[in-house]
Amino acid sequence: MTSIPQRDAYDVVVIGAGPAGLAAAALTAGAGLATLLVDENMGPGGQVWRAITTTPVKEKRLLGDDYWAGQRLVDDVRASGAEILQRATVWSLDRTLEVGLSIDGGARLVRAKRIILATGALERPFPIPGWTLPGVMTAGAAQTMLKSSGLLPQGRVVVAGQGPLLWLLSAQILRMGGMIDLVLDTADRRNRLRALPHLPPFLTSPYFFKGLAMMREVRARTQVVGGVTSLAARGSGRVEALAYEAGGRRSEIPVDVLLLHQGVVPNVNLAMAAGVRHRWDDVQLCWVPELDERGESSVAGIHVAGDGAGIGGASVAVHRGRIAARAVIEALKPEAGLALADHATLASELARAERGRAFLDVLFQPARQFRIPADETVVCRCEEVTARDIRESVALGATGPNQLKAYRRTGMGPCQGRLCGLTVTELMAEARGRTPAEIGYYRLRAPVKPITLAELASLPKGEDATKAVVRG
Amino acid sequence: MFKRIEEDRRRAVEIFVEGQSVTAREGDTVAAALLASGLDVRRSTAVSGAPRLPYCMMGVCFDCLVTIDGMGNRQGCLVPVREGMRIEIQKGKREIGR
Ligand code: FES
Repeated sequence: MTSIPQRDAYDVVVIGAGPAGLAAAALTAGAGLATLLVDENMGPGGQVWRAITTTPVKEKRLLGDDYWAGQRLVDDVRASGAEILQRATVWSLDRTLEVGLSIDGGARLVRAKRIILATGALERPFPIPGWTLPGVMTAGAAQTMLKSSGLLPQGRVVVAGQGPLLWLLSAQILRMGGMIDLVLDTADRRNRLRALPHLPPFLTSPYFFKGLAMMREVRARTQVVGGVTSLAARGSGRVEALAYEAGGRRSEIPVDVLLLHQGVVPNVNLAMAAGVRHRWDDVQLCWVPELDERGESSVAGIHVAGDGAGIGGASVAVHRGRIAARAVIEALKPEAGLALADHATLASELARAERGRAFLDVLFQPARQFRIPADETVVCRCEEVTARDIRESVALGATGPNQLKAYRRTGMGPCQGRLCGLTVTELMAEARGRTPAEIGYYRLRAPVKPITLAELASLPKGEDATKAVVRG
Repeated sequence: MFKRIEEDRRRAVEIFVEGQSVTAREGDTVAAALLASGLDVRRSTAVSGAPRLPYCMMGVCFDCLVTIDGMGNRQGCLVPVREGMRIEIQKGKREIGR
């Protein structure tokens, strides 16, 4: 591992060291291409294998086999000769394939012949009343603390929402001796019928047994309430209670830590800022990049792999990483490509890994009220803008997310729309009677992560830059 | 809000939160160390002054912004603790020049 890039130019820059990025970088570096793998976290693994090299949770059964499966990929990439740069934030990427990095307060630019974007997923926004109160966090956040620091939520803990991660986290907390007072399942029961046509492949996929076993494990050790149709966190200064409705009955319970989750969506900010064309996915209800079958985007030389290309989970991400890497090797060093499995083989492995996914996508489509909130709910956490503010702006003439910025500053805070963008698109689409595709998304620009002027000023100057300001 | 598991054998790291000594562990992020400290580490937002704590722990939400060794607006969930690190909780808008 290095702390600054060793060169100005690489054959391949892989962005993100989760499943897709690790798999891709190991292949490209192994094929002899100069490969830089950059990642924002302290160690490799992405979110799913977070802290895999450093976790204090050593007993294997606690985090489970799917977690420890990541070790082999980390070993592979370390042996491959790829240059690995941790704690490096990418703040820009453009069509010329120049990457802007920020490392420990200093900025750098590196060039690449090819880019593999493996920026993964983030949790879908879960805008309920009170979700900004201290003590309310995402389930993913709690899982990150559990993996990287061995920390368990304490006090009265409620987990609310739906999807595989919700059950996995609950199982892990309970296995490690933590307490959960209540699990509130918001899965929309009407989805079951709609998902039925996709059931057969799901039944033969590994998801089926793993999912059932995990839900059984959680139900045996804590109370689970299903069919939850509304959630509202309350408290002054911090979360103190959670009001919910299930099967037409309203209840309220005291709570110290509320963990929310309703699935994950592709993290598209960097790809969008680079000009990669995206489309609205009507099933996964999010933006996904338009890619060819080898993962190349509408911007020549930029490939997207992993959950950033559409949610598929860790093993799908690994396969997509390999496919993108193979395409890059074929383009830059065809003779090395001959030694690899051919594209058709990789594609059929990918199809096998994707089996069962279509069922989960429909089954776990979040209900409307959890995506398009009622008026008093905060939508944009950074600028503290409510759903009512947005609906009023639409009534005044705001047509899409970009006009809305001028009315309300939504998406202009530090998170740059990552926690409000999907909500804003769907909310405006509903208010205007349009489709999300027609409404569109924020136009994103570099820097996609805040960077100080001092950092920008610290960029090593080229001859052109010097000439531009020197007189005579 | 959070407690450590007993089997955690990582080395202790001393940091200072608003001047108070806190024992973190090697490999903790600043945000995790703060949440495990038992102290009131709520920041207040620049817009309305509302209290917040870290929300995503993965660099997305910016609710973990803190001042670290004099430098403001750092994402606490992305920065590892270091021996002797000084952390200040941010109240309201960032002061000019920090
Ligand atoms: S807690 Fe969300 S960015 Fe740090």
